[in-house]
Formats: sequence, C-alpha cells, structure tokens
Amino acid sequence: MAQRARPLSPFLHYRWQYTNTLSILHRITGILLSIGFFVLVYWLAAVAAGPESYQSAIGILGSPPVQLILFGTAFSFCYHLLNGVRHLFFDLGHGFGTRTARKSGWAVAIGALALGLGLWMVLRAGLGGAL
Amino acid sequence: MSLRSPLRRVTGLGSAKGGASHWYVQRVTAVALVLLGFWFVAALASLGGASHANVVGWLASPISSALAVLLVVTAAYHALLGLQVVLEDYVADHGKRLAALLLVKFALVVAAVIGVLAVLRIAFGAAA
Repeated sequence: MAQRARPLSPFLHYRWQYTNTLSILHRITGILLSIGFFVLVYWLAAVAAGPESYQSAIGILGSPPVQLILFGTAFSFCYHLLNGVRHLFFDLGHGFGTRTARKSGWAVAIGALALGLGLWMVLRAGLGGAL
Repeated sequence: MSLRSPLRRVTGLGSAKGGASHWYVQRVTAVALVLLGFWFVAALASLGGASHANVVGWLASPISSALAVLLVVTAAYHALLGLQVVLEDYVADHGKRLAALLLVKFALVVAAVIGVLAVLRIAFGAAA
C-alpha cells in the first residue's frame, strides 16, 4: 500500500499577516535564545575556570560575530518574554478580540525593539568594563 | 504512573501520551523564566562591569548562586520542550527527527550540567 504524504503543521497554508508573523517570530526568537543559552553557559564556565580564562573568554565575547549573537539574544530575550506573557494571557482566555490582539501585538513588537536595544547596551557596557 | 486503564486513555482526548503535561510544564517554566529573567538582567545591570572579581563576588552569595542554578536548569528545560515542538512540527522524516531530537536534548542537558557545576564551583569559592 502506497503511503500518502501526510500533512504536518499547516504553516505553509496561512496567509501572511501579523498573527502568524508574531507567532513564527516567537519560535525563531526561541531558537536564537537556545543559542544564547549556550553562550551563557560558556560565560559561566569561563568565570568558574578562573580570571585568566575569563579574560580570553571576554575577548571572544567582545568580538564582532559574538556581539551580533549577543544582540540577537538580547532582542530575542525581550521579544520572547513580552510575547510569551501575551501568549500566557491567551492561554487564560484573554485578549482574543481582534483589536486587543493587534494592539498587544504592536506593543510586543515595539517594546521588544526598544528594550532589546537597551539590554544590548547594558550587556556591551558590562563586557566593556571587563575588557 | 497513571491509574487510568489503557482503554480509558485511548478513548480520551488527544494522543493519550504526555501532551498535556508537556504543554503545562512549558508554561510553568515560562512563568518561572519571566521572574528569573528579570532577576538576571537586573543583576547584570547592577554589576558595575563584568570583571571576574565582580561576577565571582556576585555569584558567591547563596541567593545569587541558587537563582543562577535555577535559571540554568529552567532555561534548559524550557528550551528542550520548545525545540522539541519545533522539530516535531517541521522535520517530517522520522529518522532525521529522532536524530535531531536526541542531539538537541543531549546538547541541552550537557550544557545545563556544565552551567550548574560552574555556578557551584564559583559558589564554593573554587573560581578565584
């Protein structure tokens, strides 16, 4: 018997609009945060290994490619946190009205950009102090 | 361990596996991470520069090290559950999906253990 190709998540059929944009961004930022988690563990391990290895780790963390990862992590952290709280309200049955959902969506997007930029500057300043 | 019979389980809703608890734990860890996330950012911001002495001094306090351990474990668990859903949704091939799930889970558990041991090392004064 030939096995029919079975459908998975219907993510290719949706019309592109703010709802699924915010939803897929939640997943993308979640994946980025998972990468950021490994950076966090690397940082903790470097602290535990002593001042000398910490200094070389700070050098790596301050390099442009890792700075880009840190910026992505900072933005993802803010977006995933804000949109996560939005989803927790959805889970409790609140905020499903079209106007409310659109408003909370905009608040999440703008808030994440603003807070993400702020958080990145805090991280930069902190790492700069250690260089 | 469940007291429900297999028949009760298959006639119930859903796949009768651990879906409900997966969903629920994802949200419990989410709430915990909101609190731990705020704590972590506030702590980093008030560190006054991430010099080795500053970080060690901060993580040497029992409350900081306890919360740092909780942050590492909770973040790893939340990431594991989330990445599992993403892989199960988008990787159709069974073999590739299983391989990806195992890789992600092993990597996260290894990273979590390294993170916890690092914090404990600092907390017990072995990082100076």
